[in-house]
Amino acid sequence: MSGAVSPTGGSAHATYLGMPAFPRAAAVSTRDSGLRANLRRATHTIRAKRAAAVAELDDWERLRAAGAAIKDRTLRHLDHYLVRLEENVTRAGGTVHWAADAAEANRIVTELVRATGEREVVKVKSMVTQEIGLNAALSEAGIRAYETDLAELIVQLGDDLPSHILVPAIHRNRGEIRDIFRDRMAQWGRPAPEGLTDRPADLAEAARLHLREKFLSINVAISGANFMVAETGTLVVVESEGNGRMCLTLPETLISVVGIEKTVPTWQDLEVFLQLLPRSSTAERMNPYTSMWTGTTAEDGPRAFHLVLLDNGRTDTLADRTGRQALRCIRCSACLNVCPVYERAGGHAYGSPYPGPIGAILTPQLRGLTSALEESLPFASSLCGACYEVCPVAIDIPEVLVHLRERVVEGGEVTVRGTRTVIKPAKRHAAERALMRTAGWVLDHPAALRHGQRLAARTRRFHPRRLPGPGRAWTDTRELPRMPAESFRDWWARTRGGPAGTRSREQAS
Amino acid sequence: MSAASGDVGGDASRERILGRIRRALADVPRYERPRDHPVVRDYLRAHGERTPAESVDLLAENLADYRAVVHRTDTAGLPPLLGRLLASRGARRVVVPTGLPGGWLAGARVDLVTDSVALTPRELDGADSVVTGCALAIAETGTVVLDSGPDQGRRRISLVPDHHLCVVRIADQIVDSVPQALERLAPGRPLTWISGPSATSDIELDRVEGVHGPRTLEVILVDGDPRSM
Repeated sequence: MSGAVSPTGGSAHATYLGMPAFPRAAAVSTRDSGLRANLRRATHTIRAKRAAAVAELDDWERLRAAGAAIKDRTLRHLDHYLVRLEENVTRAGGTVHWAADAAEANRIVTELVRATGEREVVKVKSMVTQEIGLNAALSEAGIRAYETDLAELIVQLGDDLPSHILVPAIHRNRGEIRDIFRDRMAQWGRPAPEGLTDRPADLAEAARLHLREKFLSINVAISGANFMVAETGTLVVVESEGNGRMCLTLPETLISVVGIEKTVPTWQDLEVFLQLLPRSSTAERMNPYTSMWTGTTAEDGPRAFHLVLLDNGRTDTLADRTGRQALRCIRCSACLNVCPVYERAGGHAYGSPYPGPIGAILTPQLRGLTSALEESLPFASSLCGACYEVCPVAIDIPEVLVHLRERVVEGGEVTVRGTRTVIKPAKRHAAERALMRTAGWVLDHPAALRHGQRLAARTRRFHPRRLPGPGRAWTDTRELPRMPAESFRDWWARTRGGPAGTRSREQAS
Repeated sequence: MSAASGDVGGDASRERILGRIRRALADVPRYERPRDHPVVRDYLRAHGERTPAESVDLLAENLADYRAVVHRTDTAGLPPLLGRLLASRGARRVVVPTGLPGGWLAGARVDLVTDSVALTPRELDGADSVVTGCALAIAETGTVVLDSGPDQGRRRISLVPDHHLCVVRIADQIVDSVPQALERLAPGRPLTWISGPSATSDIELDRVEGVHGPRTLEVILVDGDPRSM
């Protein structure tokens, strides 16, 4: 079997490269009524369940504060903890590799797979391997990667992109999934059973049969990890289906690619995160399976274990004192499920494996404000704050959004690949900037403000209903405020005794 | 890795990343030690006060809530119960860890397959059931934790067969909460936390039990000490 050729005959790997800015992508996705119905049903279901699971714990707010504090402690001393982690993984029989960016991580993994002589790998769902485009890199090297998480399988068979952190195929309903399985499974291995229905249980059964063959025969697995414990060198994978356990225990070689921010200092710290994550994510008291391993174990599980520690923009994010809190994220996806913007626009509009509110602050920081997409993401929010309320590690997403908006509009100092640089204000915001500067000057000069207001009041009959030129987009969805015949200041002066009265009140206060 | 790879993933990248981190953290005072950043652990060690009997009930309730089948028996009742449960599924080949007390399956009319390194995944796939003990169970979450001890075997044996029977000693293996569980577990051992049979919510966020792990999980809560059987 040639791994380099796409079994579907189409593009070998769907990619986020060259995705349009959020407003353009969302303009398309919000018109897809099927997508919106799928998203609405799914997010509303999980929202209610999460609230119930969280309400079972009286100390949720204290757990949340502890989770945030542990992550902050880790981030403030990340170099210290990574060195300890490396020592302890190595002592337990693992090998640690360091990758500064996506290309380096892909090279390391490709060489590790090649060294085994194998041409096929099984994969556990991993956000980070999506982030670095690992499957495409492996494919170019003639190595075929099989996704084994049910939703990732749906995405891979459908030549599609993930649209949700927890449920990457949330944009697909059961009928679409049935069609994808029926039409595509045969090209990747065992075909779907005859007469496959769209019952979720039957679809899960089809995935079980299709993937079992791979689990039993493939000798190399690639995973991510939810947590890495510095003091013990233990990695933790939290999952539901058992595909994770299959990948972590059956193959001879295990390669885990993990972002450096997934570190936690101590074994005890897991007591916080193993309570926060399942309830926030799948709304369960505990997810069906959690695997913890430390290096290699004689006669149980993989004989070789490689840990690839990935930077890829994380240290740049760490350099931003307001933005670094995004690195606390434990990828639970609670913020997606409560977000009114995500619910309507869908995950693909965010142009990265990290959609929703967390994606809107993570993607522009990991990648830098490098294109119209990244510059648009901090604006993909109504700042309603629901994401902050549900975040199990208390990331103040609205605060970071506003901070990044300021960076986009005004430019300023950022760190790019470890080097401090000053970026210019984004072009598209020139008119807004000029307007704000003018408004600032006028508000600072009472006489100018008074004359301006009087002029505006006298000409009110001639004001257009919609703004011309670049302002047109703003009035597409908003009424232009009606100008009153008299300004408040003039009305006050006329009815309350004029400027003298105003002054006496100011003195009195 | 091959030596020809030059510096990929090597010391240069390690130093580059650690250097970037140190520069990024220029605002952290040099005298600050990791422990100086406060972590307040005022969350609960367990949720609510329970008698041991109430903890057992809660464990049973939460296991059942996530579709595990729960049974209760005593030491003498364990072998006949295991025999009955295996027979009712028509199980013929049953995998057991090397340290499973011999008496547990004395009454079962099955072919026992003892865990060993020579046992391939494909052979495991041909087994109908697996019987194990556990390291402990957590009442609040409905979880059993396996640590690859002698009565549990390698991780794969409780994974590949479609039916898992897991025995929990009521007297000394049940804790209330996640914090209590972590205190008792050894981090160096490979650990598997199991809360119900395998499941997925990937189709319309609807929970479906049974994907790749055992589709049937039966947990047997045993009074007394069945270790010496």
